[in-house]
Amino acid sequence: MFASLGRHVVGVVEAYGRLGRFIGDTIRALSDVRTWGSQTLQQMRRLGVDSLPITLFIAAFTGIVLALLASYAMTNYVPPYLVGTLVGKTMILELGPVLTGLALAGRVGANIAAELGTMQVTEQVDALETLAYNPYAYLVIPRVLAGTAMFPVVVAFAMATGLLTGWIAATTLLPVTTAEFVRGLQLFFVPFDVQYGLVKSASFGMVITLIGCFLGLTTRGGAEGVGRATTRTVVYSAEMILVLDAYWAVTLLRTHVMS
Amino acid sequence: MIEFRDLHKAFGTNRVLEGFSLTVHDGETMVVIGYSGTGKSVAVKHVVGLLEPDAGEVVVDGQVVANLRRRELTELRATIGFVFQFAALFDSLTIFENVALGLRRRRTMSEAEIAARVAESLRLVDLVGTEGHMPAELSGGMRKRVGLARAIALRPKYLLYDEPTTGLDPVTSAVIDRLIVRTREALGVTSIVITHDMRTAYTVGDRIAMLYQGRIRQVGTVDEIRATADPVVRQFIEGRPDGRAAERASLATASSRLAQEDEG
Repeated sequence: MFASLGRHVVGVVEAYGRLGRFIGDTIRALSDVRTWGSQTLQQMRRLGVDSLPITLFIAAFTGIVLALLASYAMTNYVPPYLVGTLVGKTMILELGPVLTGLALAGRVGANIAAELGTMQVTEQVDALETLAYNPYAYLVIPRVLAGTAMFPVVVAFAMATGLLTGWIAATTLLPVTTAEFVRGLQLFFVPFDVQYGLVKSASFGMVITLIGCFLGLTTRGGAEGVGRATTRTVVYSAEMILVLDAYWAVTLLRTHVMS
Repeated sequence: MIEFRDLHKAFGTNRVLEGFSLTVHDGETMVVIGYSGTGKSVAVKHVVGLLEPDAGEVVVDGQVVANLRRRELTELRATIGFVFQFAALFDSLTIFENVALGLRRRRTMSEAEIAARVAESLRLVDLVGTEGHMPAELSGGMRKRVGLARAIALRPKYLLYDEPTTGLDPVTSAVIDRLIVRTREALGVTSIVITHDMRTAYTVGDRIAMLYQGRIRQVGTVDEIRATADPVVRQFIEGRPDGRAAERASLATASSRLAQEDEG
């Protein structure tokens, strides 16, 4: 039992060592601007623009459900214009960033882990090195920068879509007028809400892409290893999104309330 | 000149190289033969710094590879072409882009010069007209030739071939062998060829070294190896399945694979 425990502890320490080395190598590769600069725009399109359809699909239905839920929960208790308030606050502060983050953990994180994992096990990463490229500059930094920059953009579209479909649902399926919905939206709105949602989204983008790159580049063991890295990326990314969500609530939201 | 000096490398508990020493002189083609999983590829990956030795050193043109800083290692790699066992072409790039990638990194050539160099390199490996294809559209033999074109496009001083004919039919293997010889004649490169295919070894090699149990068992010219009295080398070059050497090699292959999996 002690031997098994010891092996487990050594394994954990080694994993943290690999993660630390990965982060160090990534930071050092930042100086190779020419290499990552040429790849980043392409990755912004792949990770950001190509993610819009699934993101908007999720946001559209979330907006509809939020409007109906608000109406169901508050009927006979509060004025109908508060449907707009609930849809707006929930979409901008929480569901826009978190649901998009979880969806993109699957789409973007899994894609990165599978792609880099396959490159690793087929020696393409070694080939890059022998061609005098730094794999961290060529593969990691463009993806992390693209994820960090594009997730807030994608989430902004998700927020707008959720508000739009929430408004359509409220005005067509509920006894709420456009004027009432807009009044509710404006009632407790503060610009900080959007800022909070977008900062959170940027952190999700950075973490998902970092996890995908790390697990992809440390893949071993052929196709089975690639599958394992992909699954782990989705699971760890989802966990980290929830942890970060709580972290930002405790730090930014709480600080804002206290001030 | 490339020198392996008393190289040791282990993966977990599996000691792959145990005192591997070999000198490759300028202009020669050194073939390293040995059973699968005995560390031939491991040894050659030390030359470009893809692996770091546990002990010993690899010296290229007087520089100890493991001691080089990142920038110095990049400069050294620019003088070495590496042909991978399964070509290691970039799936998302066309054949042209694959061959041009290393040239673009150097930033010393215009796009027109790069295009001309890519065309010339593909012509050397008899693959004119494949520029616009994706790697997945080519056969295994063609992919290996693209891998060779990518390496020679850089006009390297050294070329390292990792199992260049493994998995190919005899005719395609002979084509690759001929390309290795032609490349050496055309570019005058110093080469290390890792293989367990004796026909390739006899065709392309100036000297042949056999790796056995982590170190060089014998090194000599093609004629010296053909005439060897060493029973282990003899058994390998004749491909006889009986005897202790084959049993040990089979065990080494299995444990090497397990150890490298554990490393991951």
